[in-house]
Amino acid sequence: MKVRILILAGLAIAISACKSNTNNALPILGNRTPVTKTVNGKAVTDTVYQTIPDFKDINQYGDSISSKNLNGKIYVADFFFTSCPSICPGMHRNMLNVYNQFKNATDFKIVSYSIDPKYDSVAVLKKYADKLGISGQTWWFLQGKKEATYKLAESYLTHVAEYDAAPGGHIHDGYFILVDKQKHIRGAYDGTQPDQVTKLIADVKILQAEPDQSIAQ
Amino acid sequence: MKALIVIGLFLMGITAMISCQSEQQMDFNRYYSAGATVYQTHCQNCHGDKGQGLAALMPPLTDTLFLKAYKNELVCILQNGLKKGIVIHGKTFDGQMPPAKLSLMEMAQVLTYVTNSFGNKQGLVNHDDVAKDLKGCK
Repeated sequence: MKVRILILAGLAIAISACKSNTNNALPILGNRTPVTKTVNGKAVTDTVYQTIPDFKDINQYGDSISSKNLNGKIYVADFFFTSCPSICPGMHRNMLNVYNQFKNATDFKIVSYSIDPKYDSVAVLKKYADKLGISGQTWWFLQGKKEATYKLAESYLTHVAEYDAAPGGHIHDGYFILVDKQKHIRGAYDGTQPDQVTKLIADVKILQAEPDQSIAQ
Repeated sequence: MKALIVIGLFLMGITAMISCQSEQQMDFNRYYSAGATVYQTHCQNCHGDKGQGLAALMPPLTDTLFLKAYKNELVCILQNGLKKGIVIHGKTFDGQMPPAKLSLMEMAQVLTYVTNSFGNKQGLVNHDDVAKDLKGCK
Protein backbone atom coordinates (compact mmCIF):
# COMPACT_ATOMS: atom_id res chain seq x y z
CA MET A 1 0.00 0.00 0.00
CA LYS A 2 2.67 2.43 1.06
CA VAL A 3 4.61 1.63 -2.07
CA ARG A 4 1.62 2.44 -4.23
CA ILE A 5 1.17 5.79 -2.56
CA LEU A 6 4.83 6.49 -3.10
CA ILE A 7 4.57 5.60 -6.76
CA LEU A 8 1.51 7.81 -7.17
CA ALA A 9 3.22 10.66 -5.39
CA GLY A 10 6.23 10.17 -7.60
CA LEU A 11 4.09 10.28 -10.70
CA ALA A 12 2.33 13.43 -9.51
CA ILE A 13 5.65 15.14 -8.93
CA ALA A 14 6.89 14.00 -12.32
CA ILE A 15 3.81 15.40 -14.04
CA SER A 16 3.97 18.72 -12.25
CA ALA A 17 7.67 18.91 -13.05
CA CYS A 18 6.84 18.43 -16.73
CA LYS A 19 4.38 21.29 -16.53
CA SER A 20 6.84 23.74 -15.08
CA ASN A 21 9.30 22.68 -17.75
CA THR A 22 7.06 23.98 -20.52
CA ASN A 23 8.68 26.80 -22.38
CA ASN A 24 7.49 30.08 -20.86
CA ALA A 25 9.88 32.35 -22.69
CA LEU A 26 8.25 35.59 -23.82
CA PRO A 27 7.92 36.39 -27.52
CA ILE A 28 9.59 39.40 -29.12
CA LEU A 29 6.87 41.72 -30.41
CA GLY A 30 6.84 44.40 -33.09
CA ASN A 31 8.21 44.58 -36.63
CA ARG A 32 10.97 42.28 -37.73
CA THR A 33 13.09 42.38 -40.86
CA PRO A 34 15.20 39.63 -42.36
CA VAL A 35 18.73 40.78 -43.08
CA THR A 36 21.07 38.79 -45.24
CA LYS A 37 24.74 39.20 -44.58
CA THR A 38 27.77 37.45 -45.97
CA VAL A 39 29.72 35.73 -43.26
CA ASN A 40 32.86 33.83 -44.20
CA GLY A 41 31.80 33.79 -47.83
CA LYS A 42 28.35 32.32 -47.02
CA ALA A 43 25.05 34.19 -47.14
CA VAL A 44 23.44 34.13 -43.71
CA THR A 45 19.94 35.42 -43.12
CA ASP A 46 19.19 36.80 -39.72
CA THR A 47 16.10 38.38 -38.20
CA VAL A 48 16.46 41.87 -36.85
CA TYR A 49 13.82 42.67 -34.27
CA GLN A 50 12.39 46.11 -33.68
CA THR A 51 13.96 47.98 -30.80
CA ILE A 52 12.87 51.10 -28.95
CA PRO A 53 14.62 54.08 -30.60
CA ASP A 54 16.59 56.75 -28.77
CA PHE A 55 14.79 59.49 -26.92
CA LYS A 56 15.79 62.41 -24.73
CA ASP A 57 13.52 63.62 -21.96
CA ILE A 58 13.58 65.15 -18.48
CA ASN A 59 12.41 63.30 -15.37
CA GLN A 60 10.57 64.52 -12.27
CA TYR A 61 13.86 65.48 -10.63
CA GLY A 62 14.84 67.71 -13.56
CA ASP A 63 17.53 65.26 -14.73
CA SER A 64 17.85 64.49 -18.41
CA ILE A 65 17.06 60.91 -19.21
CA SER A 66 17.80 59.26 -22.51
CA SER A 67 17.48 55.71 -23.71
CA LYS A 68 21.08 55.22 -22.54
CA ASN A 69 19.85 55.35 -18.96
CA LEU A 70 17.79 52.26 -19.74
CA ASN A 71 20.68 50.23 -21.17
CA GLY A 72 20.76 46.84 -19.52
CA LYS A 73 17.48 47.44 -17.69
CA ILE A 74 14.18 45.64 -17.94
CA TYR A 75 11.52 48.32 -17.96
CA VAL A 76 7.81 49.00 -18.23
CA ALA A 77 6.62 52.05 -20.18
CA ASP A 78 3.27 53.79 -20.33
CA PHE A 79 1.83 57.06 -21.61
CA PHE A 80 -0.25 59.28 -19.37
CA PHE A 81 -0.85 62.87 -18.23
CA THR A 82 -1.26 64.08 -14.67
CA SER A 83 -4.54 65.90 -15.23
CA CYS A 84 -6.08 62.84 -16.87
CA PRO A 85 -9.56 62.36 -15.49
CA SER A 86 -10.29 58.98 -17.08
CA ILE A 87 -8.13 55.85 -17.13
CA CYS A 88 -4.80 57.14 -15.77
CA PRO A 89 -5.56 56.96 -12.04
CA GLY A 90 -6.56 53.32 -12.39
CA MET A 91 -3.47 52.58 -14.48
CA HIS A 92 -1.14 54.08 -11.92
CA ARG A 93 -2.99 52.39 -9.07
CA ASN A 94 -2.06 49.13 -10.80
CA MET A 95 1.44 50.35 -11.68
CA LEU A 96 1.99 51.01 -7.97
CA ASN A 97 1.80 47.23 -7.48
CA VAL A 98 4.54 46.79 -10.07
CA TYR A 99 6.60 49.52 -8.37
CA ASN A 100 6.21 48.02 -4.91
CA GLN A 101 7.21 44.62 -6.24
CA PHE A 102 10.43 45.77 -7.91
CA LYS A 103 11.42 49.09 -6.31
CA ASN A 104 14.60 47.59 -4.88
CA ALA A 105 15.61 45.72 -8.04
CA THR A 106 18.70 47.21 -9.67
CA ASP A 107 17.83 45.88 -13.15
CA PHE A 108 14.32 47.33 -13.33
CA LYS A 109 12.69 50.68 -14.15
CA ILE A 110 9.28 52.16 -14.87
CA VAL A 111 9.00 55.10 -17.29
CA SER A 112 5.78 57.05 -17.64
CA TYR A 113 5.87 59.48 -20.56
CA SER A 114 3.64 62.52 -20.23
CA ILE A 115 1.69 63.25 -23.42
CA ASP A 116 0.81 66.72 -22.12
CA PRO A 117 4.26 68.27 -21.53
CA LYS A 118 2.86 71.79 -21.69
CA TYR A 119 0.96 71.29 -18.43
CA ASP A 120 3.13 68.53 -16.95
CA SER A 121 6.20 70.56 -16.08
CA VAL A 122 8.97 69.03 -13.99
CA ALA A 123 7.40 70.57 -10.88
CA VAL A 124 3.98 69.13 -11.71
CA LEU A 125 5.47 65.70 -12.34
CA LYS A 126 7.43 65.84 -9.07
CA LYS A 127 4.30 66.75 -7.14
CA TYR A 128 2.39 63.93 -8.81
CA ALA A 129 5.14 61.42 -7.98
CA ASP A 130 5.26 62.64 -4.38
CA LYS A 131 1.54 62.23 -3.98
CA LEU A 132 1.71 58.72 -5.40
CA GLY A 133 4.38 57.99 -2.81
CA ILE A 134 7.16 57.47 -5.36
CA SER A 135 10.75 58.23 -4.40
CA GLY A 136 14.15 57.11 -5.67
CA GLN A 137 15.09 56.24 -9.24
CA THR A 138 12.90 53.22 -10.00
CA TRP A 139 9.93 55.08 -11.50
CA TRP A 140 10.58 58.04 -13.76
CA PHE A 141 7.91 60.44 -14.95
CA LEU A 142 9.22 61.96 -18.14
CA GLN A 143 8.42 64.98 -20.22
CA GLY A 144 9.95 66.13 -23.48
CA LYS A 145 8.95 67.50 -26.87
CA LYS A 146 5.37 66.57 -27.57
CA GLU A 147 5.85 65.54 -31.21
CA ALA A 148 8.82 63.35 -30.28
CA THR A 149 6.85 61.66 -27.51
CA TYR A 150 3.88 61.02 -29.80
CA LYS A 151 6.20 59.49 -32.38
CA LEU A 152 7.95 57.45 -29.72
CA ALA A 153 4.57 56.05 -28.63
CA GLU A 154 4.26 54.42 -32.04
CA SER A 155 7.51 52.54 -31.45
CA TYR A 156 5.91 51.20 -28.30
CA LEU A 157 2.94 50.08 -30.44
CA THR A 158 0.83 52.55 -28.47
CA HIS A 159 -1.56 55.18 -29.71
CA VAL A 160 -1.76 58.70 -28.28
CA ALA A 161 -3.38 61.81 -29.71
CA GLU A 162 -4.79 65.19 -28.85
CA TYR A 163 -8.55 65.11 -28.99
CA ASP A 164 -10.58 68.05 -27.73
CA ALA A 165 -13.78 66.09 -27.21
CA ALA A 166 -12.12 63.63 -24.82
CA PRO A 167 -12.08 64.35 -21.08
CA GLY A 168 -8.76 66.09 -20.46
CA GLY A 169 -8.21 66.82 -24.15
CA HIS A 170 -6.04 63.79 -24.96
CA ILE A 171 -6.67 60.18 -25.76
CA HIS A 172 -4.29 57.30 -25.28
CA ASP A 173 -4.17 53.54 -24.83
CA GLY A 174 -3.87 52.19 -21.34
CA TYR A 175 -1.15 49.72 -22.25
CA PHE A 176 1.86 48.88 -20.13
CA ILE A 177 4.69 47.88 -22.45
CA LEU A 178 7.35 45.50 -21.18
CA VAL A 179 10.81 46.06 -22.68
CA ASP A 180 13.82 43.81 -22.13
CA LYS A 181 17.50 44.63 -21.61
CA GLN A 182 18.05 44.63 -25.39
CA LYS A 183 15.18 47.13 -25.86
CA HIS A 184 12.91 44.56 -27.49
CA ILE A 185 9.20 44.70 -26.71
CA ARG A 186 8.32 41.50 -24.88
CA GLY A 187 4.75 42.12 -23.75
CA ALA A 188 1.78 44.52 -23.76
CA TYR A 189 -0.75 44.55 -20.94
CA ASP A 190 -3.95 46.47 -20.34
CA GLY A 191 -2.90 48.67 -17.44
CA THR A 192 -6.49 49.22 -16.34
CA GLN A 193 -6.99 45.50 -15.60
CA PRO A 194 -5.48 44.26 -12.31
CA ASP A 195 -5.19 40.64 -13.53
CA GLN A 196 -3.22 41.74 -16.62
CA VAL A 197 -0.86 43.66 -14.37
CA THR A 198 -0.39 40.56 -12.22
CA LYS A 199 0.66 38.78 -15.43
CA LEU A 200 3.06 41.65 -16.17
CA ILE A 201 4.71 41.22 -12.77
CA ALA A 202 5.14 37.49 -13.43
CA ASP A 203 6.61 38.23 -16.88
CA VAL A 204 9.14 40.70 -15.47
CA LYS A 205 10.38 37.86 -13.26
CA ILE A 206 10.71 35.64 -16.34
CA LEU A 207 12.84 38.32 -18.01
CA GLN A 208 14.95 38.74 -14.88
CA ALA A 209 15.70 35.03 -15.03
CA GLU A 210 16.68 35.17 -18.72
CA PRO A 211 20.40 34.81 -19.36
CA ASP A 212 21.92 38.13 -20.36
CA GLN A 213 22.32 38.30 -24.10
CA SER A 214 24.64 40.63 -25.89
CA ILE A 215 23.34 44.18 -25.86
CA ALA A 216 21.06 45.17 -28.74
CA GLN A 217 22.04 44.75 -32.37
CA MET B 1 -66.38 37.25 17.92
CA LYS B 2 -65.09 40.63 19.01
CA ALA B 3 -61.83 39.04 20.05
CA LEU B 4 -61.48 37.50 16.60
CA ILE B 5 -61.95 40.90 14.90
CA VAL B 6 -59.40 42.49 17.20
CA ILE B 7 -56.91 39.74 16.50
CA GLY B 8 -57.65 39.97 12.78
CA LEU B 9 -57.08 43.74 12.73
CA PHE B 10 -53.93 43.31 14.77
CA LEU B 11 -52.59 40.76 12.30
CA MET B 12 -53.46 43.04 9.37
CA GLY B 13 -51.63 45.87 11.05
CA ILE B 14 -48.54 43.73 11.53
CA THR B 15 -48.63 42.56 7.91
CA ALA B 16 -48.96 46.12 6.69
CA MET B 17 -45.98 47.15 8.81
CA ILE B 18 -43.82 44.32 7.55
CA SER B 19 -44.72 44.83 3.91
CA CYS B 20 -44.16 48.58 4.28
CA GLN B 21 -40.77 47.97 5.76
CA SER B 22 -39.86 45.52 3.08
CA GLU B 23 -40.99 47.96 0.42
CA GLN B 24 -38.61 50.53 1.87
CA GLN B 25 -35.95 47.87 2.01
CA MET B 26 -36.65 46.97 -1.60
CA ASP B 27 -36.34 50.61 -2.59
CA PHE B 28 -33.01 50.78 -0.84
CA ASN B 29 -31.82 47.59 -2.52
CA ARG B 30 -32.80 48.93 -5.92
CA TYR B 31 -30.93 52.21 -5.42
CA TYR B 32 -27.96 50.45 -3.88
CA SER B 33 -27.41 47.86 -6.59
CA ALA B 34 -27.92 50.37 -9.42
CA GLY B 35 -25.55 52.70 -7.54
CA ALA B 36 -22.86 50.01 -7.50
CA THR B 37 -22.91 49.95 -11.31
CA VAL B 38 -22.78 53.76 -11.56
CA TYR B 39 -19.86 53.72 -9.14
CA GLN B 40 -17.89 51.18 -11.13
CA THR B 41 -18.37 53.15 -14.34
CA HIS B 42 -17.85 56.71 -13.12
CA CYS B 43 -16.01 56.71 -9.77
CA GLN B 44 -13.98 53.57 -9.22
CA ASN B 45 -11.07 54.53 -11.44
CA CYS B 46 -10.03 57.30 -9.07
CA HIS B 47 -11.64 56.37 -5.77
CA GLY B 48 -10.91 52.62 -5.95
CA ASP B 49 -13.00 49.47 -5.79
CA LYS B 50 -13.14 49.65 -1.99
CA GLY B 51 -13.43 53.44 -1.79
CA GLN B 52 -9.80 53.45 -0.68
CA GLY B 53 -8.76 56.41 -2.86
CA LEU B 54 -5.28 56.54 -4.40
CA ALA B 55 -2.36 57.48 -2.17
CA ALA B 56 -2.34 61.26 -1.65
CA LEU B 57 -3.80 61.90 -5.12
CA MET B 58 -7.42 60.80 -4.74
CA PRO B 59 -9.33 61.01 -1.46
CA PRO B 60 -10.89 57.84 -0.03
CA LEU B 61 -14.66 57.62 0.52
CA THR B 62 -14.29 56.00 3.90
CA ASP B 63 -14.47 59.16 6.04
CA THR B 64 -17.86 58.52 7.63
CA LEU B 65 -17.72 61.72 9.67
CA PHE B 66 -17.14 63.82 6.55
CA LEU B 67 -19.93 62.09 4.64
CA LYS B 68 -22.32 62.68 7.55
CA ALA B 69 -21.33 66.32 8.04
CA TYR B 70 -21.73 67.11 4.32
CA LYS B 71 -24.67 64.77 3.74
CA ASN B 72 -26.72 67.42 1.94
CA GLU B 73 -23.82 68.82 -0.08
CA LEU B 74 -22.53 65.57 -1.53
CA VAL B 75 -24.74 65.91 -4.58
CA CYS B 76 -23.29 69.38 -5.24
CA ILE B 77 -19.82 67.82 -5.44
CA LEU B 78 -21.10 65.31 -7.99
CA GLN B 79 -22.89 67.98 -9.98
CA ASN B 80 -20.23 70.71 -10.00
CA GLY B 81 -17.03 68.89 -9.19
CA LEU B 82 -14.54 70.19 -6.63
CA LYS B 83 -12.10 73.00 -7.30
CA LYS B 84 -10.67 73.68 -3.89
CA GLY B 85 -8.94 71.36 -1.48
CA ILE B 86 -10.72 68.96 0.82
CA VAL B 87 -9.72 67.44 4.16
CA ILE B 88 -10.43 63.71 4.50
CA HIS B 89 -9.33 61.70 7.52
CA GLY B 90 -7.34 64.76 8.55
CA LYS B 91 -5.34 64.80 5.29
CA THR B 92 -5.58 67.57 2.70
CA PHE B 93 -6.25 66.64 -0.91
CA ASP B 94 -5.74 69.60 -3.21
CA GLY B 95 -6.50 68.09 -6.61
CA GLN B 96 -9.63 68.91 -8.55
CA MET B 97 -12.56 66.64 -9.18
CA PRO B 98 -14.39 67.05 -12.50
CA PRO B 99 -18.21 67.17 -12.52
CA ALA B 100 -19.53 63.60 -12.61
CA LYS B 101 -22.06 64.30 -15.40
CA LEU B 102 -24.76 62.02 -13.97
CA SER B 103 -28.55 62.20 -14.10
CA LEU B 104 -30.54 62.97 -10.94
CA MET B 105 -31.44 59.32 -10.55
CA GLU B 106 -27.86 58.15 -11.05
CA MET B 107 -26.66 60.64 -8.44
CA ALA B 108 -29.25 59.35 -5.95
CA GLN B 109 -28.23 55.77 -6.69
CA VAL B 110 -24.50 56.33 -6.41
CA LEU B 111 -24.90 58.39 -3.21
CA THR B 112 -26.96 55.56 -1.72
CA TYR B 113 -24.22 53.16 -2.68
CA VAL B 114 -21.28 55.22 -1.40
CA THR B 115 -22.91 56.31 1.86
CA ASN B 116 -23.78 52.67 2.63
CA SER B 117 -20.53 51.02 1.55
CA PHE B 118 -16.89 51.16 2.66
CA GLY B 119 -17.94 51.21 6.33
CA ASN B 120 -20.56 53.96 5.87
CA LYS B 121 -24.20 53.44 6.84
CA GLN B 122 -26.48 56.41 6.19
CA GLY B 123 -29.51 54.78 4.59
CA LEU B 124 -31.37 55.59 1.39
CA VAL B 125 -30.78 58.78 -0.62
CA ASN B 126 -33.69 58.94 -3.03
CA HIS B 127 -34.48 60.96 -6.13
CA ASP B 128 -36.42 63.62 -4.16
CA ASP B 129 -33.63 64.10 -1.60
CA VAL B 130 -31.17 64.74 -4.39
CA ALA B 131 -33.48 67.17 -6.21
CA LYS B 132 -33.96 69.13 -2.99
CA ASP B 133 -30.25 69.19 -2.09
CA LEU B 134 -29.35 70.33 -5.61
CA LYS B 135 -31.34 73.55 -5.08
CA GLY B 136 -29.12 74.41 -2.13
CA CYS B 137 -25.87 74.13 -4.11
CA LYS B 138 -23.75 77.26 -4.21
